Amino acid sequence: MSRSLKKGPYIDHNLERKILGMNDSGKKSVIKTWSRACMISPDFVGHTVAVHNGNKFIPVFVTENMVGHKFGEFSPTRNFRGHAGKKNKKK
Amino acid sequence: MARISGIDLPKNKRGEIGLTYIFGIGKKTSQRILDKANIDRNVKVSEWNDEQITKIRTIISTELKVEGELRSEVQLNIKRLMDIGCYRGVRHRVGLPVRGQSTKNNSRTRKGKKKTVANKKKATK
Repeated sequence: MSRSLKKGPYIDHNLERKILGMNDSGKKSVIKTWSRACMISPDFVGHTVAVHNGNKFIPVFVTENMVGHKFGEFSPTRNFRGHAGKKNKKK
Repeated sequence: MARISGIDLPKNKRGEIGLTYIFGIGKKTSQRILDKANIDRNVKVSEWNDEQITKIRTIISTELKVEGELRSEVQLNIKRLMDIGCYRGVRHRVGLPVRGQSTKNNSRTRKGKKKTVANKKKATK
């Protein structure tokens, strides 16, 4: 189910404040966030955001195409490396 | 013979159904097109006259995206997802279901034919 239009997109206030601050001062640094549900707004383009995946922070460089997606989509919580078997045993 | 956007429509079907043979046109869309062109939905494709066919053609070419154009749009959308490396893109890349379906069993449409794992060890008791 999609989010009510009345509320507008969910954007984490703290993150937004930090990014806007950086936009004003022209500085760039990696910001850590736990807010995986936060929508990527056009202001975020060009910044790098480290998104928590439950274990560590995955750096995500925001490009124009990513606007409208959420941060969690770029920071996988599961990492499947393949089944155990012959191939893996040889190594 | 009615040939619309590169597709030969079946002669002996009702217009409403015949139009759905075009990729990107379903029953609702075909009904809308026919109503707009003032053609009875039940008239067979073979009974359309040239004037009616051109009418339908102009409606489709001006208002809708069908066949190759639509297909390439869909492919572009998928490619975008893969390029930005989001979860849905990754699922497209590895050929697994994209919308959160379970993959313990089934989901053979996405995974393709069964690949049997040789010499799979039985659980030791």
